[in-house]
Amino acid sequence: MTPVHATIENVSRRGFLRGLIATGGFVVAAEFVPARAALAAFATGAAKMPGGVVSDPHVFVSIDPSGLVTIVAHRAEMGTGSRTSLPMAVADELEADWSRVKVVQSPGDEKKYGNQNTDGSRSLRHFIQPMRECGAAARQMLETAAAQIWNVPVGEVQAQNHEVVHKPSGRKLGYGDLAAAASALPTPPADQIKLKDEASFRYLGRGNVQIVDLFDITTGGAIYGIDTKLAGLKYAVIARPPVMGGKLASYDGTAAMKVPGVEKIVVIEGTPPPSKFQPIGGVAVIARNTWVALKGRDALVVRWDDGPHASYDSAAYKAQLEETARKPGKVVRDEGDAEKALGSAAKTVFAEYYAPHLAHAPMEPPSATARVANGKCEVWAAVQSPGGTQNELVEKLGLKPEDVTVNVTLLGGGFGRKSKPDFVLEAALLSREMGGAPVKVTWTREDDLHHDYLHTVSAERIDAGLDAQGRVIAWRHRTVAPTIRATFVPDPKFAQPGELSQGVLDVPFDIANLRCEVGEAEAHTRIGWFRSVSNIPHAFAIQSFAAELAHAAGRDPKVMLLELLGPPRIVHPPADYTNYGDPQETYPIDTARLRRVVELVADKAEWGKKLPPRHGQGIAVHRSFLSYVATVVEVAVDDKGKLSLPRVDTAIDCGFAANPERIYSQVEGAAVMGLSLAKYGEISFKNGRVQQNNFDGFQVARIDESPPITHVWIVPNSIDVPSSGVGEPGLPVFAPALCNAIFAATGKRIRRLPIGDQLTT
Amino acid sequence: MVKLRVNGQEQSFDGDPSMPLLWYLRDELGLTGTKYGCGVALCGACTVHVDGEATRACITAVNDVSGRSVTTIEGLDRDGNHPVQKAWRAFNVPQCGYCQAGQIMQAAALLATNKNPSEDDINNSMSGNICRCGCYQRITAAIKAAATGA
Repeated sequence: MTPVHATIENVSRRGFLRGLIATGGFVVAAEFVPARAALAAFATGAAKMPGGVVSDPHVFVSIDPSGLVTIVAHRAEMGTGSRTSLPMAVADELEADWSRVKVVQSPGDEKKYGNQNTDGSRSLRHFIQPMRECGAAARQMLETAAAQIWNVPVGEVQAQNHEVVHKPSGRKLGYGDLAAAASALPTPPADQIKLKDEASFRYLGRGNVQIVDLFDITTGGAIYGIDTKLAGLKYAVIARPPVMGGKLASYDGTAAMKVPGVEKIVVIEGTPPPSKFQPIGGVAVIARNTWVALKGRDALVVRWDDGPHASYDSAAYKAQLEETARKPGKVVRDEGDAEKALGSAAKTVFAEYYAPHLAHAPMEPPSATARVANGKCEVWAAVQSPGGTQNELVEKLGLKPEDVTVNVTLLGGGFGRKSKPDFVLEAALLSREMGGAPVKVTWTREDDLHHDYLHTVSAERIDAGLDAQGRVIAWRHRTVAPTIRATFVPDPKFAQPGELSQGVLDVPFDIANLRCEVGEAEAHTRIGWFRSVSNIPHAFAIQSFAAELAHAAGRDPKVMLLELLGPPRIVHPPADYTNYGDPQETYPIDTARLRRVVELVADKAEWGKKLPPRHGQGIAVHRSFLSYVATVVEVAVDDKGKLSLPRVDTAIDCGFAANPERIYSQVEGAAVMGLSLAKYGEISFKNGRVQQNNFDGFQVARIDESPPITHVWIVPNSIDVPSSGVGEPGLPVFAPALCNAIFAATGKRIRRLPIGDQLTT
Repeated sequence: MVKLRVNGQEQSFDGDPSMPLLWYLRDELGLTGTKYGCGVALCGACTVHVDGEATRACITAVNDVSGRSVTTIEGLDRDGNHPVQKAWRAFNVPQCGYCQAGQIMQAAALLATNKNPSEDDINNSMSGNICRCGCYQRITAAIKAAATGA
């Protein structure tokens, strides 16, 4: 199909919406009540999120007299396409012509727009329904307005392709002609909203809509946080304490102030751990441009008081985590008697896996611009959580919410980093120090790697027992990793249910004696969520171990995997299981769907086909963010240990595929990021300091080593199958599938990530 | 005083001549299409053309381009319709989009000297440009299409 285009603009730059269905957001629904008439209404956890769900067209849709339809995107765009896909859902139900649609970005305001925390692969999953309802309500208002103008029963009119038609007479009125009358009508109540049936979708599920920013991205016109330009703008970089919890001991800014163009040096007070989203402090150099600020920072003489985390050493910490995983931990799932079954098994197998800290390293490092003057604060920033950022600024600056405006730019990658607005607070504090002049804070790549909210570091140990026929009768998984919660509360000891719900509590295997335990671990750096979070180490261990069991039993890994998954059924995990915040009634753990993606990907990848020497296939399957993903990686490892990936196949079942084109791109990208983390990904500490500085020390996969093609197979689902996550679920399967393939090719089992030089030594 | 030409326009700069071209373009001229990604020529996000040649603006001092002609993504084609830009859109290459200006400038420089690049040529030319979202397979496809006019 020929792609169609929409135009774009920011709400904040328009200032106000003109000539519209309505001007004020007069309905602010705290809870989303699915329309009873909806074909596919399903409950989600969206209503429990801050701000809940808003679906009123008076908030999201406006139509000017020319017929131009403006739709608000309230979620941040970091590359997943939600800024396109959600307005597309509105437009489809509205029967709008996408080429006459403009998308505008909302500022942070969760009371008005509902939850904006663009994280957890939630945008489509939580908002496809409300956005469809929003569009359908607007369509019905246009139909009602036309019926009133023609003085005919509303049943005789129908909206189609940007106009309303009176079916008996063939009369037509364009949306622009109807907007004013429609805007005066009440929004239809939820139980009277009529959603389109799937066959009449124009855009949903069709893959014919391109991202709204495509032209601007290819011509340099797309604006990211780091690109903000304002009159009188000052540029800042900050020297921050290199060790978590470290403080400024002393500094000498004499030389820095002599750099021409340096205007001011400002000390930012840090918040001691747990520092949450607060700045970690440091010395800021504010200058007339970025380059001068960097030179000024180089000229600073700073002494830090490192504090207790200066002894953090990744090699020693790894040994400590592994030692903990060798001892019994706190039991979090227990079925049958795993200890006894291990004791009586015909054969026992165990393995220990290690996955290190990772940095998000979005191509756009954190950057924000703020202007704090006259009791008001306005920021321009690449943030995943505009509403949360607004709340943090309100608290930090002691202002009222209505006096704090968060303008959301495009995000040059997010991956979880930009849901932590510490860098926005830095900019706001510095603008205040500069008497209200706008200040842009830019993090260099070194700053980004040194002061990230890192992905956790983890040791996993799994012990299994097999019976005489090679069937798995006992499974004991111990997981040990410092928790994200350490960034928010003092000294938590254990991984939290939300983290354990990412592959441990919900392990979907059909094993009679199954126990999961969690061990204690202390955090020595800021831990944060990274794309797919704890699923990375958990899936790496579990899916690697499944292949190890196959090898131990002399079985085919795919056959073994299907046997472990067991017959089609719904898995009922322990009460602590969080299911990504969504109800299990809507999103159960369904082994039939796990089996289906395994079978699909194995078929497409020609699992078991004859391969040249030193080639191998590996398979892995994992459910995360309520979606089911299986990957087959084919590798070639030459006799010098050089790794290449001739072919990758990934099958994904994410419920109804609202925007298949962006699902393909997310899954293709997950293979590259998965390769990056498996092959190179490691942030390590020595003396409390991060040892990697830039893309030389923290390498990521480049074009010449990435899979030439990742074949993506989307399991077709009707609109009645609730849409689930897409941004993250492609990632966890990749490392285990790759390492299983390396084993098949070489007999070398990788249990410690990254692979690094393990294939050459 | 450094004189240079940027996107066809004469410019003169009397600031620090050691300032990297990247920051001159972004902070002084407001041409923010050229991106910062690493500052040390490891990622390619800042790629521009200097007299037609792909150049990392983050390690090129303004003084180094005195009297030379710089083209940024904003100046690659007046209407944004360079064959590489068109191919990028046809193949829906970008995800977040941040690295794409550098990728497009690198690809345009490749095609200017190599009308029909092989996969190896593409890999060799493009391996200095990181895409953290992982758009590589579409980049390869788009370059091939731009080369053949498909």
